[in-house]
Amino acid sequence: MSNRATPDAATQVEIYRRMALIKANDERSRKVIMNGRLVMPYYSPRGQEVIPSAISVNLTDDDYICTIYRGSHDQLAKGLPLKDLWAEVAGRTTGTCKGKGGPMHVTYPEKGIMVTTGIVGSTMPIANGLAWGSQLKGDGRVTVASFGDGAANIGAFHESLNLAAVWKLPVIFVCQNNEWGEHTHFDKTSNVPVADRAAAYGMPGVRVDGNDPFEMYAVANEAIARARAGQGPTLIEAMTYRFFGHVFGDADNYMDKARKAKAIADDPVPAFRATLIESGVASEDQLAAMEAAIEKDIDEAVEFALASDFPGIEELKRDVFAEEMA
Amino acid sequence: MNAETKVKPAKANILQGINAAIADAMEADETVIALGEDLADPEEGGVCGVTKGLSSRFGEHRVRSTPISEQAIIGAAIGASLVGFKPIAEIMLMNFTTVAMDMIVNHAAKLRFMSGGQTHVPIVIRTMTGTGFGSGGQHCDYLEAWFAHVAGIKVVTPSSPKDAYGLMRSAIDDPDPVLFIENLPTYWTPAEAPDKDYRVPIGKANVLSDGSDVTIIAYARMIQEATPAVAKLKEAGISAELIDLRTIAPWDRDTVVKSVAKTGRAVIVHEAVTPFGAGAEISAVLNEELFGKLRAPAKRLGGAFCPVPFSKPLETAFAPQTADIVAAVEALVRA
Repeated sequence: MSNRATPDAATQVEIYRRMALIKANDERSRKVIMNGRLVMPYYSPRGQEVIPSAISVNLTDDDYICTIYRGSHDQLAKGLPLKDLWAEVAGRTTGTCKGKGGPMHVTYPEKGIMVTTGIVGSTMPIANGLAWGSQLKGDGRVTVASFGDGAANIGAFHESLNLAAVWKLPVIFVCQNNEWGEHTHFDKTSNVPVADRAAAYGMPGVRVDGNDPFEMYAVANEAIARARAGQGPTLIEAMTYRFFGHVFGDADNYMDKARKAKAIADDPVPAFRATLIESGVASEDQLAAMEAAIEKDIDEAVEFALASDFPGIEELKRDVFAEEMA
Repeated sequence: MNAETKVKPAKANILQGINAAIADAMEADETVIALGEDLADPEEGGVCGVTKGLSSRFGEHRVRSTPISEQAIIGAAIGASLVGFKPIAEIMLMNFTTVAMDMIVNHAAKLRFMSGGQTHVPIVIRTMTGTGFGSGGQHCDYLEAWFAHVAGIKVVTPSSPKDAYGLMRSAIDDPDPVLFIENLPTYWTPAEAPDKDYRVPIGKANVLSDGSDVTIIAYARMIQEATPAVAKLKEAGISAELIDLRTIAPWDRDTVVKSVAKTGRAVIVHEAVTPFGAGAEISAVLNEELFGKLRAPAKRLGGAFCPVPFSKPLETAFAPQTADIVAAVEALVRA
């Protein structure tokens, strides 16, 4: 890759801030569930912090994303306020979707978070439509569709990548390959890297170390620039690892213990933290203060959420259609 | 109908009504766009030519032929609708909606609710179907009940050129997803032509004939079977009120219940198979609203509970015909 983009110092710190936010939010989510303060289906993004953090610093609030049930990392990186997120996952009326969507359907158009789906493989077809809208308007926006390695085996993947390539849509397909499609390992479900499939659609396909902020930033930067320039879509396969089972409470007995221990030992969040300090980009004090601020924000968001009202029963009749149901 | 025609022709057919409605909507609003298999003029404006002329007039960026990719078609329509467009997506045949059900049911119908009203999906999904052309088990099912069972999507089906035009304009205007079901075998039947900018409100049935002994509730091609049945019944001294439902979801309960309260008898006719069909829902509501006032149990007449057969005599026998409607009404009135 020529002219490989490198994040400047401030961008590196911002990537780290987003990673630290995702990690801290995940740790708090699991704690709050364990303490019995909140009941929700929870799909931990722990281990996958780098991908959306390094991508989203290349996006603006106007750019769109579509993400999936394992999507709090994508949402937070794109700028979803913590209070809106926590109130939503707590099912409160102050949530981003008035508590009617929940953790699998967080939506926040103000920051371009257009769809969060609970259906594997469904971000891609809709992302194409968002991108088609941008193409028609000529507004220069791009759309990022996130999905997992499991979703690469759904028919919608093929239909969507083909259409995006044929129509040259400003969309970036980001496969977060965490090695696990629910309980089944990637090696059992695909004979080739996901990125290799891009060739079949006539678009660039890149497999990248999704736990390396510099690599991830460079690849995302190039794909986003291509999309903005009207040169069409890119398929990125970002290699990462899911630290926990598919859903919270899953005993993850199917995961190879040594492989998992290695992934956790290589935790990308403290690794990047150390890199920033060693390279002099940030100081220990600066990052510690940042992390403390994040914890405080999360404290406030959790308390705000749990103190908020539940939606009234009349909400069952609202938002089904534009007009309220009889 | 040539979309540029200034003088309204006296007669038009359903296909022309739909074409004119889309053309007029695209002329009036540049956010109206269309996509689907073979839709644009180089591909002949659809397999039946419903969209003929539109891409030449409005450009292939607004009227786009797609790969044979139903999930991608509906997904693209949904996405574009989230950012200010009003897409009309064609799923060529109703049976092909089965391969796009996730996009239609889990996404188009639910995004408004799941987002707490932050987003909405103003799309029209056009699809054609109907027995009569010998297309067998996978090309002509009526599956309207599946969609009517899902909260968040409206279902309409016209039986005349005027209703085709008026319902299509209303469907495009509507801020929520609308499934627009077209009956293929009656595309070319001429009838009164629609006026420009005419609207048929979604959710409003049409009382085609007044009667006092029985209410016949039907829609789509079944109106063509029920209309002669009403005349035959009249000859036999039975006064039948014929209601064209036009909208399956949300159906016009007020008009139907009021009519059946008057006549005391109801026959519901549709081409979809009888079990768990729209007729079952209508019958249940009549039971709830009019128990004790009905002079006979509500009767359902639907397609035979089997895949649509190919062989002509079987296909003909599959869907309700005029004689079946007459016989069902006579049995009710005599009971």
